Amino acid sequence: MLGLDLSFLNWEIISKFVKNGFIFSVQLTVIATLGGIVLGTLLALMRLSGKQVLMLPATIYVNGMRSIPLVMVILWFFLLVPTIIGRPIGAELSATITFVAFEAAYFSEIMRAGIQSISRGQVNAGRALGMTYGQNMRLIILPQAFRNMVPILLTQTIILFQDTSLVYAIGAYDLLKGFTTAGKIYGRPEEAYLLAAVVYFAICFGLSYMVKRLQSRIAIIR
Amino acid sequence: MSWDWKVFLNDDGSGRTYLQWMFDAWGWTLSVAVSAWVVAMVVGALMGTLRTLPNSPWLVRLANAWVELFRNVPLLVQIFLWYFVVPKVFPAMREVPGFVLVVLALGFFTSARIAEQVRAGVQALPRGQRYAGMAMGFTTAQTYRYVILPMAFRIIIPPLTSESMNLLKNSSVAFAVSIAELTMFAMQAQEETSRGVEIYIAVTALYAMSAFAVNRIMAVVEKKLRIPGYIVAGTAGGGH
Repeated sequence: MLGLDLSFLNWEIISKFVKNGFIFSVQLTVIATLGGIVLGTLLALMRLSGKQVLMLPATIYVNGMRSIPLVMVILWFFLLVPTIIGRPIGAELSATITFVAFEAAYFSEIMRAGIQSISRGQVNAGRALGMTYGQNMRLIILPQAFRNMVPILLTQTIILFQDTSLVYAIGAYDLLKGFTTAGKIYGRPEEAYLLAAVVYFAICFGLSYMVKRLQSRIAIIR
Repeated sequence: MSWDWKVFLNDDGSGRTYLQWMFDAWGWTLSVAVSAWVVAMVVGALMGTLRTLPNSPWLVRLANAWVELFRNVPLLVQIFLWYFVVPKVFPAMREVPGFVLVVLALGFFTSARIAEQVRAGVQALPRGQRYAGMAMGFTTAQTYRYVILPMAFRIIIPPLTSESMNLLKNSSVAFAVSIAELTMFAMQAQEETSRGVEIYIAVTALYAMSAFAVNRIMAVVEKKLRIPGYIVAGTAGGGH
């Protein structure tokens, strides 16, 4: 069909080449999402703290990260992290550190919007009950902010999953690399790209459909 | 660690300095981004408009499928598809230069995001605007041309700004198919000179400056197009 031959793919190739790449891509996505949300929430709290000494560095970090292409950030970390910690690290570990640091900037913008969406009355109610800043954040504001932002956080995670393919720049072994390696070895590079596209599409389309369903179910609980 | 900025004056082996090479690469980055921006705006406006048509369910479905298709495959994979797979499947495409294929890939990828913004902009307008067009005896095409789209585009200028900046940043992915743009330069010059930090700082600064310039240009556009008496605020654009 169309000068392509997709029949070379079988389960053996999948388990030999694609599986490990897929596991790394998923692992990278999960770690970067969790790490990014934690770091991002901290950055958001810093930016909303009203204290110049916390706001300034957080703002510079977030805006700096957001104005550079992800590929350049990946290259930067791959160059700098080994010099900072004094020993060479693999492309996979470097990619993981990069994605946590990079995604933190994007997740912090989402969390900041989420925190700001909580009405003033909630904050004041917490205060009136005698809660400290920490208690107020932990028990009143963050749970609501997080819940309101779940669909957007998940959407960002899907984008993040797609972006993991950019570890190509430093040669880490991810889902895409699994397909391209198999394609090279079996002399079918074009077919491998096409199959990779189909797999990415199926995963991302499926996930975004689920997010849409979720969104309509948990919408507005005020 | 000591700085060595003189590295930019070294010869890269073909009679030009690394500085010249870098500015050539910047030119490629800007050409890819500007050309892809034109493709993305034209296709995105068309697809976004189709998605809001009142009585053409098949056109709506077609445009929705377009958006889902180009939004759910990573940009790098799309670039590989255009660069390697399309010429193989369609022999007529074999003569098309790689630059054009990358522009199409980046343009269509971004068009899905722009279509999403255009749809949101059209749907943000009060229904009365459409009825007003109909009451004037406009055809659907005229209603869109004279009533709906001029307002919708003004509403979505802020998210279009961030999509334009995203597009500029995304042009860096073209390194993967050996387009001689900034990221490609950064990787090769880093390898050849071993002065990665200086090279990366310069390239990063050029990217940041370009993104900032896009931001300012769009701000001027927004100001020029503002209709006195209307305060329109757009929704924030996501992604990167």
